Order: sequence, then C-alpha cells, then structure tokens
Amino acid sequence: MILYYHSLVNQVNMKIIKSPAELTRIKTDIIKKMSEKEKLRIRVHMGTSGLASGAKEIYEFMKVELEKRNIDAAIIRTGDMGYSFAEPTIEVKLPGEAPVVFGNVDKLKADEIIEKYIKNRELVDGVLPSNFRTI
Amino acid sequence: MARVKMQILVCGGSGCYGNNSEALIDNLKLELEANALENDVHVIRSGCFGLCSLGPIVKIIPGDVIYTKVTPEDAKEIVTEQIMKNRKVERLLYKDPVTKKSVATETEMTLHKKQLRIVLRNCGIIDPENIEDAIAHDAYEALAKVLTEMKPLDVIKIIKDSGLRGRGGGGFPSGLKWEIAYKNKSEEKYVVCNADEGDPGAFMDRSVLEGDPHAVLEAMVICGYSIEAHKGLIYIRAEYPLAVARLKTAIGQAREYGLLGKNIMGSGFDFDIEIRYGAGAFVCGEETALIHSMEGLRGEPTVKPPFPAESGFRGKPTNVNNVETFACISPIILKGAEWFASIGSEKSKGTKVFALAGKINNVGLIEVPMGTTLREVIYEIGGGIMHGKKFKAAQTGGPSGGCLTEKHLDIPIDFDNLIAAGSMMGSGGLIIMDEDNCMVSVAKFFLEFTVEESCGKCSPCRIGNKRLYELLEHITKGKGTLADLDRLKNMSLVIKDTSLCGLGQSSPNPVLSTLDNFREEYVAHVTAKKCPAGKCKDLMEYFIISANCVGCTACARVCPVGAITGERKEPHLINPAICIKCGSCMGKCKFDAIIIQ
Repeated sequence: MILYYHSLVNQVNMKIIKSPAELTRIKTDIIKKMSEKEKLRIRVHMGTSGLASGAKEIYEFMKVELEKRNIDAAIIRTGDMGYSFAEPTIEVKLPGEAPVVFGNVDKLKADEIIEKYIKNRELVDGVLPSNFRTI
Repeated sequence: MARVKMQILVCGGSGCYGNNSEALIDNLKLELEANALENDVHVIRSGCFGLCSLGPIVKIIPGDVIYTKVTPEDAKEIVTEQIMKNRKVERLLYKDPVTKKSVATETEMTLHKKQLRIVLRNCGIIDPENIEDAIAHDAYEALAKVLTEMKPLDVIKIIKDSGLRGRGGGGFPSGLKWEIAYKNKSEEKYVVCNADEGDPGAFMDRSVLEGDPHAVLEAMVICGYSIEAHKGLIYIRAEYPLAVARLKTAIGQAREYGLLGKNIMGSGFDFDIEIRYGAGAFVCGEETALIHSMEGLRGEPTVKPPFPAESGFRGKPTNVNNVETFACISPIILKGAEWFASIGSEKSKGTKVFALAGKINNVGLIEVPMGTTLREVIYEIGGGIMHGKKFKAAQTGGPSGGCLTEKHLDIPIDFDNLIAAGSMMGSGGLIIMDEDNCMVSVAKFFLEFTVEESCGKCSPCRIGNKRLYELLEHITKGKGTLADLDRLKNMSLVIKDTSLCGLGQSSPNPVLSTLDNFREEYVAHVTAKKCPAGKCKDLMEYFIISANCVGCTACARVCPVGAITGERKEPHLINPAICIKCGSCMGKCKFDAIIIQ
C-alpha cells in the first residue's frame, strides 16, 4: 500500500478536531492547563484604539520590567474593551482576586501598578470599575 | 512594608467629579488622618462606575460595599462606622427601585448595571490570535451542537424564534433571511459577512473582529450549515489592517484545527471562508453593491428584487449579514431562543452595540439591551456631556439617520421607535452634540459625506445631493432665504423617493430631521443671518467690548491681517471689513474683552 506524504502529515496532525467530543476534550485540557498553576495574568488591550494610544509600548514595558523584577506573569494581548476614553487600558488578575482594569496607563502608571498593586495588592488611582454585565 | 488593610474607591468619573467627589476624597483623607488610619486605609480615585445618576459612588474593599450619592459631609460617618466599626451606613446604600431593599455589595449591584455584553462578551478577554483561548471561552461549542444535534431548519427556527434582527441598520429579521436563502435551492450558495463599516464615528464591527474574530467565523459556518452553503466570504475594508490581520490568523488557525475546511468535526459538512477587501466606499455597505464589488465589478447597487437571497454573488443565493448579527448567533444557539427573546424591547430583541462619539465624556463602545433610553446611555453609561454643557442632539444611523433631541431622551431605543422619531438605528454610531454644535453645519457635514460617497449611478443621488449641499452652504454663508428652506425640504423628499438604493434614499435624512427639530436655527441663519451656536464663520463677527478692553495690544499684535487698531491703554477696535475671523485675538485676550456676535 502506498501512503502519500501529505496524507501521512494529515494523519499525524493531532490538532484536527474530528468530533464534538474532541472539542470538549481539548477545551477541558486548555482550561485545566490554564488553572493548574494560577499565576498573575495581565491583559493589555490592543485593538486599534489601544494601539493608537500607545498600548504596544505598555505591552513591551510590562514584559521587560516584570522579567527584570523577577515577577512571573502571563501577558496576554487582547482586543479593546470599549473604554476608548481611557486607553491604553490593562487588566491585572492577581491569583485569587477579581480582575482589575486600569485606565490611561503610561509607563509611570505601569510602574506604579507593578510596585503597588502587583507587589502589595494596593490599588492605585485610575482603576476602571466594571460597568457591565456579561453572559 | 505594612499591608494596606482597607481601600476606599471613590469615583473620579466626570459625572461624580461634577457632584463634588474631589471634596469627598479630601474629607475622607482628613478623616482618616484624624483617626491615624492613613497608613492602613487608602483612598483611591477610580474611573466611572456607570452609575452616574447615583453619584458620587464609593466602594469599600474588601467587602465590595457600594455607597451611592455620597456627599463630602458623609465622609465622617463612613470612616467611623464602616471603617472603624465595620458597620454599614444603611442610609447610603443603594435601594432597589422595585423591591425597595438595600443592595449592599457590588455583586448584587451588577444586576443593576445598564450594560449587558453579548456581542462583546469576549472582547478584551481573549487573545484574538490564539484559538485555544477562544475555545476555552466557549468558541465553536455552538457549532458542535448544531452539527450533531440539529437540522438546518431547526437552526433557522431558533434564530427566527429569538427575534434577532439584522444589526447592519435595516433591522430585517435574520431568521427569515436565512429561511429564504435556504428555500432557494442551488448547488452553489454563499454566506457573506458584511464588515464594510462606513458610518463616520462607528467602530463596533472593527472592535468585534479585532477582539473576537472566532465568534464571527463560527457563526458563518453555522449559517452555512443552515442555508446549505459551503463557502463564506468576509467583505472587509482595507482600512482595517489590524482586523484583517487578526481575521487571517483566526481563519488559518480554524483551518488547522479542522473547524473550517472539509468534514468539520467529522460531520461530513464542508465550509471554508475567504476574505475579500473593499476600498472603503460607503455605498459598498449596501448588499447589492457589496456583492458587485466582490465580483470585481464597480461597487454600484442594483435594484431589488431580485434579493441576494435569490440571486446574489455570481448569481447564486447569498445570505448577507453584518458582523454584529453574526456575533449574536452562538449565544443564541447555546442559551436558547427564549433567553435571547427575553432581552430587549417588544419588537427588537437582544442587545445593541453603540459607538459613543462626539461631546460625551466616556467615548467608546457600549452594549445595552434594546429599549434602553438615550438618557441612560448618555448620562449613566456615557458619563454625561463634556465640560458640563447642555445636551442638544444625538445623531444615530450616521449619514443615513437623523438626530434625536431632548424630547427623545426618554424613548426606549429600538428599531421601530427610532424610525418613529424620524431617525434610524443604523449600524450603531451615536454622535453626541452639545449646545455649541450648529445643526445646519451638522447636516452639511453629513451631506458632504454622501456627496463624496455617492456612486453616481442614479441622478437623484448624484445631482440632487450636490444641489442640496450647495443650498446648505448658501445658508451657512448667510445667503439663504426662507424660500430656500422649503426648497430644501422638497428636494430632500424627491431624492428620497426617486433614488435607486439605500444610500440615496436615506441621504437627505440628516437635513429633514434637523429641519424638523431645529427649524428655528435654520430660520435664524436665513432671516437674522446669525448662527445661534456661533459656528458658521461667515455669520459671525468678532467684537471688542470696550469696557473690558485695557488696551494691552496683545490682540492687535497677534492679528495676521492687521484688522485691529487702537492706542496703547485705550480700547481697541476690530475692522470687520478686514477681519478673516480666525479667532486668534480671542485666544490671546486675557480680559474676556473679545466676543463673537
């Protein structure tokens, strides 16, 4: 029997979701993987509004500074939340706490967030309370 | 360093700021110092809570206790009772308007929040470039349910029962649209996503595509399954480079995971999606023009019928839906038609995303249940009008819509109410205007836009709109007459009745609605030759109040044309014949001596 190379590739590609059950399995795996080691999560909102106000700089700053200060964190790029009036915005989720969104974040503010909120759980000015419900 | 024991969050949003929240912050700090608590309890200035009518808002952490309408005088009681004795200050708690019971914590308070996010559920939450993050947030679960448990007609029934109406502007029932496309049998059918968002000031679709592209892809596959199409096309404007890039990544990843392509999830159903680029022509948001543009023809509309559901892309049955409509599909499948139908007003179900722009404090995207009033949107979510000015009008529906005025503040916003009020839902741009906006200029602005964007195929739109624009320009230059106002109206009605497509049929709407709601402003322009808002350059005159003028000569020195004369320490004069109305003198004057008449 002749097996063609591309069909071989297809067979070994484990990513293809072949059934709804597999989707559920992958989903549970991902969620498990994410929650196993709950660590500091930072979301930088990088849609057009965010990027136009300098979200990319904040993203880079956070990456570099957190590493420099030996803080283990997952930094995630996302779309915008709709807070165009306060861009750039970032969300910080400390382990065991509800996520907190900060607005008008520049490098100074980002530094303050790391030093005060991330290290000591002290809030800083510019917290944006969640003003919506979701499903 | 000692840990902070408690934190007091005080809303520093513009609404609360206007209600003296700064004095409250000062008093809280003083009160804490008086009790030697300033190191243990911190006062933090926060952003808007979206409860501006109840402001100033105070939140105590931990415990998440929320106090409303807190005055600076209440600071003492909050510190002595809540902070020192851990007892709630009952009278400052929020009372539920229905049950009259006190609501203490923020979790309970959530139910009272005006915004409900269905379309924007994952925006700002997931990484749009990582399909696993999307899957962890329920993406493709609805698709799995559809492919295993449902037949095409079952899906269509759910969408019909949910009452979902097209979010692109027209408000046509989406389920019905799908059903017609399903009934038109053909070997080849298409699902098209209209991402050609062209209204000035609108950016809802862009944000959804940038924040949660998989929601749209999944819904397109579901739509394909229910109308028996195997090919999807996303028509997106090339001016949205980030949205395009993220869509491309998302499509690539979905293919990699077998969620697009052949035999999706082992169901035997094939579906793939491609991107088509638009060059940013406003008319291409109209579905027939959009289809022609995708076919490589000129982006010009054709007469309906035939509707795209009968003969669309390449002459085959085609279902065109807007980005936001697609983003509603998965939650409807997962949570059921009754759930969706329970949200919103009687004939408009679900939520609507609005892009707040203009003279409003919290510019940005919001999503509210249909039937929310304009007052709630502006004053409770939007944080009110900038600089505490007076609300004048809100333009909905972009250049095709009309304006809502103060008397419309309390009507529930939905498809039918807006049409009854002489405007339309449109795609969701909401431009807020204050007392400084001249409504004639606003109408002129939108007309300028449609003149530019008219494809030129039919004469009412091509020539009529241009004439309409010229008339408005005449009026703003002070050359109009009362007869011109009647001419404006007649011409608008003719353009509306005789234009070929939606662009021309709706382009005079801004003129008609401003003429209806602000006729006195038009009349002032043509009879008194005055612009009440002081915006029309040709109708204003700079004038020096001699009583206020100290003769500092600052204005005369800054005037680029030498229109200002006067001796030192003597009142100056502006020569209106030379003045070019640049406003430089007014900006320089420190004594408020220069005014616009």
